[in-house]
Amino acid sequence: MRSVSNTPSHKIVMKGRKIVSGQGSGEAIVSKHPISFFGGVDPKTGIVIDYDHELRDQSIKGKVFVFPRGKGSTVGSYVIYALRKYGAAPTAILNLETEPIIIGGCVLASIPLVDRLDKDPTEVIQTGDSVTVNGDTGSVVVTKHSRRAGSVR
Amino acid sequence: MHLTKAEERILDGQEGRAQQLAMRLLVAIGDAYDASRMVKIRSAQISGISYKTIGDPGLEFLKEISSEGAVATVRSMLNPAGMDLSRWRELGISEQFAGKQLEIMQCFEKMKIEPTCTCIPYHENNAPLKREHVAWAESSAVVFANSVLEAHTNREGGPTALASSILGISPLYGMHLEEHRLPTHLVRVKCKLNIDLGYSLLGYWLGKNLESSVPRIDGVPRNPSHDKLKALCASMAASGSISMFSVKKEDREPRAEIIDVHREELNEIANLLSSEGSYEHVALGCPHLSLHEMRTIAAMVSGKQMKKKLWCFTSRHIRDQARQYGYVASIERAGGNVICDTCIVVSPMVESGVDGLVANSCKAAHYLRSLSRVETRLMGLEECVKYALA
Repeated sequence: MRSVSNTPSHKIVMKGRKIVSGQGSGEAIVSKHPISFFGGVDPKTGIVIDYDHELRDQSIKGKVFVFPRGKGSTVGSYVIYALRKYGAAPTAILNLETEPIIIGGCVLASIPLVDRLDKDPTEVIQTGDSVTVNGDTGSVVVTKHSRRAGSVR
Repeated sequence: MHLTKAEERILDGQEGRAQQLAMRLLVAIGDAYDASRMVKIRSAQISGISYKTIGDPGLEFLKEISSEGAVATVRSMLNPAGMDLSRWRELGISEQFAGKQLEIMQCFEKMKIEPTCTCIPYHENNAPLKREHVAWAESSAVVFANSVLEAHTNREGGPTALASSILGISPLYGMHLEEHRLPTHLVRVKCKLNIDLGYSLLGYWLGKNLESSVPRIDGVPRNPSHDKLKALCASMAASGSISMFSVKKEDREPRAEIIDVHREELNEIANLLSSEGSYEHVALGCPHLSLHEMRTIAAMVSGKQMKKKLWCFTSRHIRDQARQYGYVASIERAGGNVICDTCIVVSPMVESGVDGLVANSCKAAHYLRSLSRVETRLMGLEECVKYALA
């Protein structure tokens, strides 16, 4: 086991392509796998319900949700809209390469969406990091917390 | 992307909130796909109509956008709903489900969208002409429009098709551009396809193995019927994301890969989707039955009595025509059911007391197995009818 480091938290700035404008920030929740919002996320709670997904039983509510891209039915756009309606939406979404289901949902729900970042966000960002997304400029600021970084094996 | 003055005004919200939302959506999609501008469309066809698929999230959204006073500005049609809109009680649909489905229909009525409720919108006296741009969402109809009618459409989703219906435009990218419509693969079919099921199996294999390519298919008989092409379109869109194929000899030889498809490949799909079970229900009409297919069924069952339950799904428009010609009476006198506005995949009909179904469609088998966990046994259309009679 590694000791908890005393180095202060540090920031990483990334630049991407702005798709849906607006600002959002919060704790990151990160997945390396595409997700289908339809049948994959409970619109009332923001909890991932896809039995086959690595984030199963975790919540995306109030967080910056980082994943490669959407998949599945275009009804997924309505699920993202409903998450906003029920107060369970993520504050921003970062994709590797986005697609119409996620774009549609983010427009309907006014969730800032950025993709094609200059660094792979599913590598650079870890669940629990603080992330600020500017959907007007495409800039993303990640604050790594040293305590957490030091304890990761 | 470049927007006209009028489009800018809509984006700024000067033409209403729903229009602004629709424009934001199309601009975001256009930006993501590097579209240079918008293109005017002739018609829109919207998916996500059944309460079974869109649930309360979709209903809530439709209520909100329809209450803003947005209406269709081009001819707009709907995919199948979750039930026969007039005979739902006879089919065992619950009051609760019907109430929600009717609320969805009211939203579309408010937006002046025609309740065609069919997955074969090209049979609604509204087929686009060659090179016309449309924004259609039903995946099988997208392939049919691009490949058979030679119209131009991307594979839209429910929300983008609705936005295009309201604004009469679509971002100019993908299948709207000639350079993306050239064959990428040459597929040589090395076996006889004969019946509709052969086309359905071939389509499913292609969708599963070629992802989002544009295959040119050689070795199929000249000028296959629209019904056979419909089966081919539906299954390739269900197992993959193909938006277009070509069966035309005059099309340029693709420089890319050559793929041979033999009987074994089709058998591999049949083994995947078809079990040997003996089932009490037969479902035809995925995609919806054409008038010609209704006639075939009627002729086969006329004066006979079904031993199994036969469900025939089609559009209200085709049902009305088939009724005039006496086909519906023949089928119903033999004990079959003609159901319109919905289909076996998007209605809740299979959710109680149906463990397996006989069908002629790989698309139906694909969705029934994954969404409803219902087993399927596949046969050609005529074999299905014989099975129902035996």
